[in-house]
Amino acid sequence: MALELGLALRVAGLSKFYGATVAVRPLSFSLAAGSVTGLLGGNGAGKTTTIGMIMGLIEPTTGSIEIFGRDFLADRYHALGRMNFESPYVDMPHRLTVRQNLTVFGRLYGVRGVAAKIEELAASLALTDFLDRPSGRLSAGQKTRVALAKALINEPELLLLDEPTASLDPDTADWVRAHLEDYRRRRNCAILLASHNMAEVERLCDHVMMLKEGSLVDDGSPAEFLARYGRANLEEVFLDVARGRGNGGAA
Amino acid sequence: MSAALEFSLARVGAMTLRYSYLLRSSMPRMVEMMYWPTVQMLTWGFLQTYLLRAPGGLAGADASTIAAGSLIGAVLLWDILLRGQQGFSFSFLEEMWSRNLPNLFMSPLRPAEFVASMMAMSLIRLFVGMVPVTILAIWFFGFNLWALGLAFAAFFAILIIFAWSVGLFVSGLLLRYGLGAESLVWSLMFVIQPLGCVYYPVAILPSWLQPICWALPPTYVFEGLRGVLVHHALRVDLMIYGLALDAALFAAASYAFVRLLAAARRAGTLLQTGE
Repeated sequence: MALELGLALRVAGLSKFYGATVAVRPLSFSLAAGSVTGLLGGNGAGKTTTIGMIMGLIEPTTGSIEIFGRDFLADRYHALGRMNFESPYVDMPHRLTVRQNLTVFGRLYGVRGVAAKIEELAASLALTDFLDRPSGRLSAGQKTRVALAKALINEPELLLLDEPTASLDPDTADWVRAHLEDYRRRRNCAILLASHNMAEVERLCDHVMMLKEGSLVDDGSPAEFLARYGRANLEEVFLDVARGRGNGGAA
Repeated sequence: MSAALEFSLARVGAMTLRYSYLLRSSMPRMVEMMYWPTVQMLTWGFLQTYLLRAPGGLAGADASTIAAGSLIGAVLLWDILLRGQQGFSFSFLEEMWSRNLPNLFMSPLRPAEFVASMMAMSLIRLFVGMVPVTILAIWFFGFNLWALGLAFAAFFAILIIFAWSVGLFVSGLLLRYGLGAESLVWSLMFVIQPLGCVYYPVAILPSWLQPICWALPPTYVFEGLRGVLVHHALRVDLMIYGLALDAALFAAASYAFVRLLAAARRAGTLLQTGE
């Protein structure tokens, strides 16, 4: 059984077409517990659509999604309580305070001792000073930390992150990455990370998938990518793939 | 039992708590909930007073119906219908405005629980908005809606279930078509005003239009109201027909909501619900 093998997510032949428009061509991959997989690709490559399908917000055209060993498309509610996500493109009600927002999500996820859990998250994510401030009055960095607190409130075993450090200053972004690394280690959580930040992917991910125009064009560990393309960093590899230069960096 | 069919009062409570936080956070919105029903009640109440005192007066049947409070009673019940639907839909719109729907739809919250919390908020908003207005109606015009007793309970049940049906259908359209469908939240119920015979009996409408009116649950309420006020008798048969129609329409609206939610997942619009 998949769960016994430590597999958090298995995707097979997953695709999304909007009429004749291709968003994601058939895609197969799996995430082991405790692993971090990066989804890379330019705008419109299919990263957000892929994550949206795994979140249950977008119905795939073909394929299957298995989460914690069960068919997610047949019954998503067995898995939803054990997963969570963060995206800068999704917000929380602005007029509610941070504490109120987290209380509501804690209750939705059935967290026991929500108040204590919020205090714990506030301490570890440095939210204490603005817990009772309306969410709409936070800076971008504070909002990201609050979104991360929401994503971690149920201690998920599968975490989906869509550009978690977009629009953050380098210091805050580094801080968020460190927290994610720590959480993954402590909880053995599987993370699927879509990002445009190559340094972030290089630091966090042990496996990377490169998407282009809805297709998986290459995958491997960051070290394998660097060796295969003969590049010094993933940014250069990304440019090679995006500009169709192929392995080895030949223009 | 499938996990999708489980129902948790705790999750309904969490969502209701979320909407009550929102309600309490904005005093202008609280005031607005009472403002429009009050304006409506005063306008129609004074019109009723004028009609009864106008030189020459009204024809006998009209005068007795109006004197019994049919205009002010109708406007209060109309507001229950309108505000009930808008209270339901407003909660849904709040989620779209704040780009919070993806957070909710990937949480363990089931659609039925989400809908139940919007029903609860519709009742809470009605309570906040309408109770003061019904008291003002007693004070200004001597019209006591609460004195209708069981009849009022029946009227309220028929109106609120219909309001939820319309709210549910409009929420489904919002899910599928986004905020482009927002104007329906504010406008759709107004088609009921002429066809639901809020201020006049069904009999005065053209005969070809009357079957359409009788297909709408509110018609049974407003006909029933005039019966209670003039003849002091509740037409139980009208209430039964109204509730039966309500049940059918609520089932249809629920089905439409589920289908529109599925269509939104297919079209990928759940991730693009903000302004």
